[in-house]
Amino acid sequence: MASALLALFALGGRGDAQEPLLADLSNHLIAVTTGFTGAELLLFGAIEQPGDIALVVRGPPTPMTVRRKERFVGVWVNEASVRFKDVPSFYGIAATEGFVERAPPALLRSMQFGVDNLRLIAEDRNTAEAGPFRAALVRRMKQDGLFGAGIEPVTVLADRLFRTSVWFPSNVPTGIYSVEVYFIVDGDIASAQTTPLSVSRLGIGAEVFYLAHRQAIIYGLVAILMAGSAGWLAGFIFRKG
Amino acid sequence: MHIYLPIAELSIDVLLLFGLGFGVGLLSGVFGVGGGFLLTPLLIFIGVPPPVAVGTAANQMIASSVSGMVAQLRRGNVDIKMGLVLLAGGLVGSWIGVWLFGLLARLGQIDLVIQLSYVVFLGSIGSLMGVEASRAILRKQSGRPAPPRRLHEHTWFHRLPFKARFRRSRLYISALLPLGLGLLVGVIASILGAGGGFFTLPAMIYLLGMPTSVVVGTSLFQITFVAANVTFLQAVTNQSVDVVLALILLVGGVIGAQIGSRWAMRLPGEQLRGLLAALVLGVAIKLAWDLIARPDDLYSIVAVVPQ
Repeated sequence: MASALLALFALGGRGDAQEPLLADLSNHLIAVTTGFTGAELLLFGAIEQPGDIALVVRGPPTPMTVRRKERFVGVWVNEASVRFKDVPSFYGIAATEGFVERAPPALLRSMQFGVDNLRLIAEDRNTAEAGPFRAALVRRMKQDGLFGAGIEPVTVLADRLFRTSVWFPSNVPTGIYSVEVYFIVDGDIASAQTTPLSVSRLGIGAEVFYLAHRQAIIYGLVAILMAGSAGWLAGFIFRKG
Repeated sequence: MHIYLPIAELSIDVLLLFGLGFGVGLLSGVFGVGGGFLLTPLLIFIGVPPPVAVGTAANQMIASSVSGMVAQLRRGNVDIKMGLVLLAGGLVGSWIGVWLFGLLARLGQIDLVIQLSYVVFLGSIGSLMGVEASRAILRKQSGRPAPPRRLHEHTWFHRLPFKARFRRSRLYISALLPLGLGLLVGVIASILGAGGGFFTLPAMIYLLGMPTSVVVGTSLFQITFVAANVTFLQAVTNQSVDVVLALILLVGGVIGAQIGSRWAMRLPGEQLRGLLAALVLGVAIKLAWDLIARPDDLYSIVAVVPQ
């Protein structure tokens, strides 16, 4: 990691045709393996002049249904529901200190920076009706650790090098993520960079998942055979013993 | 040590899962019940999504019933003909159950139906067992013998058509009876992930009038294949069978069951049944409380799976 940072610093310091923003991830692949308990992703880079760094990580968009329980004959039952399309399945943000206070609100909206600026569109409902459901969606996603609870700090060294990290919990959805890095000078985006990040299943867990979803018939038969032979074997062993 | 369950899509401590399988296996060995009716709610308590809990419990049910079935077959304690009729009903029932399961899941009511059914089943079975066990304890203390019981009563359903002879059970009854019972077991197995031994065994004895010697074997014969069918259908239609979870549970389960069945011979029967009744009622009360108490958050979210 340190050597990578150093190499980047050397690159930035060469002085010819300089990019205002250079950034990279510690890893372009997060492997969800059998032992997966979450992963930390490091983003680091260099900037040419003083300014703000903001980072937005978004998981693949997915439709989501929010349901509200109501009491029905003494029992809490799901009643009303609102469907949101294209909800980011993961959302994390990071920024240099004081960025949100300095930045113009219109800029934050265009970057969809912060959960209040996320464009979550309710199907067949107006904004007022969907309001409590939108709030619940954000709240539940935060509870599940899939929407960042706050803004992670970005540390800047000598106005040149920056680094920040994003935590991916063990229940992180798989797919292609986008990591957007913005370099903001005087309330304007001076430079931006988008890097894809893949969150993929790997190993035995991946084999099991893909078999279950793509070859469901074979998977079902394997499950039956496995349980049947295990039970039969156990009976056989214990009868001898 | 945590393990990432590929279908449940969450990371859980292996020892917790193993302990759960072991504990349920131990109970099923001690009490001679399948244990699915405890396993499914316990899986839901630890955070496994209800559909995955049900599908996986059906999978592990195969393992817990197959060795018993083989042993009973060897001893000739299975009424094959009766078993096949029950199974035919069970296959139809599990097909209906899995279809119903998918429908309820799409309507967002599956969790409610699973919980409600468990409250009703466990509540009534637990109360019946509790009453029966306390009566037995009282009888033992007063030293009076158990009142004699008629084998079975002749009622309207003995006049149903399609009468068939079941030699092994020494019965001549309408085939619709075991067919209907099997159907009910199939529906319950696919919606609740439980074999329903706690109500099929009494139903086979008192309703059908089968001799006690073949009841356990025939029930195991049916439930093994019904569980296999439910596993297959859940895997194909709802993708809700987690073999990794099932494997950990069944390893704990078979060991627990073997130890439990050895304990059962040395423990006092009535007190044991009273204990099981308390346990069953405890689970029912916890589930009922979750339905009645105001939830912490009235809202819930679910990712829509593209059809």
